[in-house]
Amino acid sequence: MKVRSTRSPARGGREPLSLRLYVAGVAPNSAAAIRNLAILFPGGKVSGQPVEIEIVDLLKEPLRGLADGVVLSPTLVRLAPPPVRRVVGNLSNHGAVLLALGVVP
Amino acid sequence: MKDPGRLQTFVPGLDALTDGGLPRGRTTLIVGGPGCGKTILALQVLVEGARRAHEPGIFVAFEERAREIVKDAGAFGWDLPGLQKNRLFFLDAHLDSSTVHGGAFDLVGLLAGLSAKARQLGARRIVFDGIDKLLAHLDDPAAERLELLRLHQWLYESGLSGIITAKAEHVDPRHSPRYGFLQYLADCVVLLQHRLVDTIASRHFQILKYRGAKASCNEFPMVLSDRGVEIARYAADSLDHAVSTERISSGVTDLDAMLRGGYFRGASILISGAPGTAKTTLAAEFADAACRRRENTLFVSFDEGSAQIVRDLRSVGIRLDRHLKSGRLVIHSTNARARTAEEHLLQIRSLVELHHSRCLVIDPLSALTGTVGGIEARSNLERFIALERNLNITTLATSLLEGFSEAHETTTTAGVSTLVDTWIHLSYLIQGGERNRALTIVKSRGMGHSNQVRELLLTDRGPSLSKVYTAGGAVLMGTLRWEREEQERAARLQEGRAFEEQQRVTEDSVADLTSRIEGLRRERDERDRDLKRMRQARTGDIGTGATRLGEIGRMRRGRANAPGSGPAGRPPRKP
Repeated sequence: MKVRSTRSPARGGREPLSLRLYVAGVAPNSAAAIRNLAILFPGGKVSGQPVEIEIVDLLKEPLRGLADGVVLSPTLVRLAPPPVRRVVGNLSNHGAVLLALGVVP
Repeated sequence: MKDPGRLQTFVPGLDALTDGGLPRGRTTLIVGGPGCGKTILALQVLVEGARRAHEPGIFVAFEERAREIVKDAGAFGWDLPGLQKNRLFFLDAHLDSSTVHGGAFDLVGLLAGLSAKARQLGARRIVFDGIDKLLAHLDDPAAERLELLRLHQWLYESGLSGIITAKAEHVDPRHSPRYGFLQYLADCVVLLQHRLVDTIASRHFQILKYRGAKASCNEFPMVLSDRGVEIARYAADSLDHAVSTERISSGVTDLDAMLRGGYFRGASILISGAPGTAKTTLAAEFADAACRRRENTLFVSFDEGSAQIVRDLRSVGIRLDRHLKSGRLVIHSTNARARTAEEHLLQIRSLVELHHSRCLVIDPLSALTGTVGGIEARSNLERFIALERNLNITTLATSLLEGFSEAHETTTTAGVSTLVDTWIHLSYLIQGGERNRALTIVKSRGMGHSNQVRELLLTDRGPSLSKVYTAGGAVLMGTLRWEREEQERAARLQEGRAFEEQQRVTEDSVADLTSRIEGLRRERDERDRDLKRMRQARTGDIGTGATRLGEIGRMRRGRANAPGSGPAGRPPRKP
């Protein structure tokens, strides 16, 4: 499952938030993470900042998780802006997730 | 015979303890406190499996970074970079401290990845190192159980032989519910412990559980050597071992004579004695003799460095440097208190194997028994001696023994003396203000031997044993012995002189008598001749006398027989 929720670079010229979510199929925590992302970034953006989300299914690309050092599922990685940040879990703790990603709703 | 249900670990000692290895296709849990060797043991099973059984493996590192584990393993001589090409896979599952917890998570993704990797690699073994780290991240007992069950299920379905290591201070389920659950899931549970015995750190290995199989549940000493983990095992349950009737020289001719031919090959020999009684010298003579017989010999010293040993022994005429140069002799000097006795013994054993030693000297063995006390020391040595016997290695050990009493015998040498085949005791005899070395053979199994106390002399050509000198029921040594011998010599000399004198006198008198006899004979002959002459003279006289008398009578006209008619009346005698 690869959902690319993109907007062209914001009119305001703000750099998009680039995220990658590693999930394990429809395992409860993974499914919850996808749901939580949709709640956190409605319409694919947060505070006017565009959000790009790549979803990697570890059940379909099992070796990719090992190669990328993803141990726990689900894992959300902020690819841009740097530095790379990781959040593990089903993202139900919205406050902590937003704080880790450095975005202010 | 290889049990198909067993996973050969190739960890020295472990396979023997478990009757073939850990359960194959099942899960083994290794628990223990920090630094007790869990990671190394698990890694060793994986590495040896890849190297020796050609079973690829996967190592999942939750606690340490994989690259650090690979680096640390280099110390054991395992070629991990080489094995990583196609036989081993290390997954860095170390959870970064910067990782943010954004809710509940699981191992579904990881296990999917591992399944794919296992298929790709053809893996047969897998290690999950530091599962406690992962569980701590879950931070929820229910989630812990769920993930452990998931892991267990995955292992079961994958058919891999799994090893899970977990740090646990308490293995009592009442104190550690996590451990209780882990133990329930595992088919085999190994407990490693690390504790101080007389200020020396020692490691212990114990199997707490082995589902469906008989395994020794005793605690065994475990050692970390430069080849990895080794578990000390009892060499043989029975005392039966091949015995040799071959004799080998003790290196001292006189001692060989006392033993009626030397030590038995494969025997264990103990030389006990107070400091300075030449224990090391006797040990070195044995080593020197072995090397001269072209037998590889290992000399383990807990006292001195090899240079010092060689120098000191040169002063008594033992030249070990040439054997060192030829490689026949290896001197291993080490500080007794640097390790546990068990580690020392295992190290000695691996040196013996490496060097193919046929003779072994441990000087002094008491350095080892001194480091760990009581039962432990004794069982160590028992095992060691049994092992050497089985390998038919002749072992000579020295032991510091201050006195020589029953009490000392049992405490100072940890009862070793009852284990050895030949026991030689060296002591000082103080007499007449001197200390002299005395040698006694306390016991020597299976051979006739001298019961006498001998004086041990150290000359610049090596030790020799003086014939015993007893006088008035006491053994005399040193100056006393010399004095006594001198006295005897003087007395003998005097006796000899008196005899000679007497002989001379007798000879003289015989000569005198002979000469006197000769004189007498000569005298007798002379007298004989005189007598003859006298007789001849007399016959002449009678004849002439009568004629004359007749003439005179005629001339005088007198009586012819007047003055004495006797002669005239007798008929003339014929001469």
